[in-house]
Amino acid sequence: MRREIPLILTGIVGITFFIQFFVPHSPMRELSETFSDWYSIISAFAIWLGALNLMKISFEKVYKKDKDWFFAITTIVTFFLILIVGLFFSGGRQYLEQGSGFDWLYRNIYSPLSATMFALLAFFVASASYRAFRARNAQATVLLLAAFIVMAGRTPFGDWITIYLPEGWRLSNLSNIIMNYFNVAGQRAIMIGISLGVVSTSLRIILGIERSHLGGE
Amino acid sequence: MNKFWERLLAIDRRIIFVVIFLALSVPIFLQIGLPIPVTSEVQILYDALEDLSRGSRILVSCDFDPGSEPELQPMTEAAFKYFIENDLKFVIIGLWPQGPIQANRAIEDINESEDDFIVENGDTLYFGEDIVVVSGDTARYGIDFINLGFQVGQELVIQRMGTSFEATFPTDKRFGLSQKEFPIMDGIYRLADFDFVFNLSAGYPGTTEWVQFAVDRFHVPVGAGNTAVQAPLAYPYLDTGQLSGILGGMKGGAEFERLVGHKARATLFMTSQTMAHIFVMLFIVVGNLAFFATMRKSDKQGLKR
Amino acid sequence: MSTEFGVWVAAFFTIGIASFLYKDNPLYKFCESVFVGISAGYWAVSLFWENLIAKMFDSVGVSYMFGFWSEKGALQDLFSGVWNWNILHVLAGILGIMMLMRLFPNIGWIARWPLSVIVGSTAGLWMITYFQSNFLSQLQKTVIPLFDTGKIQELSQIGAVMAESGRSIPFDNYFAAYLGNLVLIFGTLTGLVYFYFSKEHKGLFGKTAKVGIYFLMITFGASFGYTVMSRMSLLIGRLYFLFSTWLGFVN
Repeated sequence: MRREIPLILTGIVGITFFIQFFVPHSPMRELSETFSDWYSIISAFAIWLGALNLMKISFEKVYKKDKDWFFAITTIVTFFLILIVGLFFSGGRQYLEQGSGFDWLYRNIYSPLSATMFALLAFFVASASYRAFRARNAQATVLLLAAFIVMAGRTPFGDWITIYLPEGWRLSNLSNIIMNYFNVAGQRAIMIGISLGVVSTSLRIILGIERSHLGGE
Repeated sequence: MNKFWERLLAIDRRIIFVVIFLALSVPIFLQIGLPIPVTSEVQILYDALEDLSRGSRILVSCDFDPGSEPELQPMTEAAFKYFIENDLKFVIIGLWPQGPIQANRAIEDINESEDDFIVENGDTLYFGEDIVVVSGDTARYGIDFINLGFQVGQELVIQRMGTSFEATFPTDKRFGLSQKEFPIMDGIYRLADFDFVFNLSAGYPGTTEWVQFAVDRFHVPVGAGNTAVQAPLAYPYLDTGQLSGILGGMKGGAEFERLVGHKARATLFMTSQTMAHIFVMLFIVVGNLAFFATMRKSDKQGLKR
Repeated sequence: MSTEFGVWVAAFFTIGIASFLYKDNPLYKFCESVFVGISAGYWAVSLFWENLIAKMFDSVGVSYMFGFWSEKGALQDLFSGVWNWNILHVLAGILGIMMLMRLFPNIGWIARWPLSVIVGSTAGLWMITYFQSNFLSQLQKTVIPLFDTGKIQELSQIGAVMAESGRSIPFDNYFAAYLGNLVLIFGTLTGLVYFYFSKEHKGLFGKTAKVGIYFLMITFGASFGYTVMSRMSLLIGRLYFLFSTWLGFVN
């Protein structure tokens, strides 16, 4: 029963969502709405599971005094800080409001940390461009040329270096052509391929042929 | 000469970091504005907004986090300014938890007024505590705009909005009241009751999901503001007409600022962006030159043996 | 220079994370661990108020029962003899608690039940939406005339107007009229041929796949160019915060 009931549930829910596209009336409508709400509520618990699992791992690290256990304490403290402030000291349902404790933590701690983490990628992209991107063969050369045209054409630099050409015949126009035609053709091929894969995998999941989401025994 | 190329190839990456830091920082101080030509994909979005009549209701889905703020926040601010000046009402939601709070920050940043209330015809407005003033136009919370917060569920949230908007986003985030109590929500029962959806997306869930459900299932026009990483993936939807315009990255934001007549951060940052592109192209060229120069030397040495 | 405490805290964390560029160090590790904790807490708080309270407790009627919400829920409707589908949210709550059992290895298997609802929902939806939006619509726009005769006719009209003002028709318009559809058709079809791995890429089939690779390389080059744009934008934003908001060097 450990695997059979989940497989039956997957099939019922999957078929409901499939049929409701074609039968949007009662009772399929109410059933699909109910399952949509279930999805939201279960997803919320799933993310809470992730947060609690993080706490479990952090507490174990501190208890066993593993490597960098001090930083695990920091993780635990900040998690409970924002949790307590958000649940009890931020005005309840109005927790997002400007001036609330939760808002302060978001603006001055979460936001700069998140933004800077991603901003570091700029340095690594520049470093990778210098050390790794090589025009080793014709295909790589085509890739780099397209990148050059798009990078130059999407800034005023592209028009500066082709300023001797008439307006409408400069690098920015070439980058428009690459984005609106060549990029669309390639992305479309990838999109069509992926969609066929998604459809077949979805069918396999609903029919119970694909069971990897259930894990081991 | 070859030693020069070898040393160039082996350069410490921290020197590259310093070069990039300087290339991006100096233009911020110089504050030079650059001409920003408008591309067709941005023009399409602007035209779609211009075609909306006054009083139309737009659903703004802020699906991004602080990691994408420099690209999407300027677009959000420009869009809000445009909506307020053109009497377009907007309802803010988010499929990412950080989205609605980013929208709140955009509202604060564009607000030119520090007043807490307005008086009309001798009466202080009930929701008058929250007003936004842009270029002399006033928008009132609950009447001209509202923030309904975030819901987890990815594309199922959009699917659920298709049948019942109230069940999907039951409460507002400023007063914690039922959304039914606000005049802006009168007549909004499901997603198709909106005149336009403006999606600001940094990943999943985002533009693809809005196209799949809002456009193809519920037939609501959708315009997208995407990070530059996401933008190339959205072009096929533009070509098929599923999307009514794309703002791609900071460049798209700068073009949109130009069209709505509010040049701000995106326009200012384009100078740094230009320098960044120039230096990355330079790095690729120099790196390849050094690579081929040293490769030729080792080929020759190989032949001699 | 800013005098706000919050701005200085933000600047501290910005510099702390950026210190990784020199090398991994305790300050970076501290900032990273704060980020991990605060991210998890942010999600937990958001989901508590937006989903668990608004979607579950309010809709079932538990919030009304305890006086935290003014609107009646499914329980109150049931007691009045009216069926309300929201009562089934109780089952969702039970499934959610089953999900949390994953924390305990002995009974963690029960988490498969709620997981199967998630997987089933996504599978049922994606089967139709991907087919409709990403396959049929895209294919429809690939079955198009080789030359856009509408745009070719427009060219002569635009040309006359632009010649009067001394300007030339942009190159994109010529491309769109004469070559655009060809690129879309052959680019998409050859790209699809490349991705067909059930047949060996030999002979004419192999040559077609090779053409497809070149179209895909242009696509990836464009994506790389946009990726550079995106990453640099993020850094520009952070630098502006440091120089303008924090240090006040720039207005």
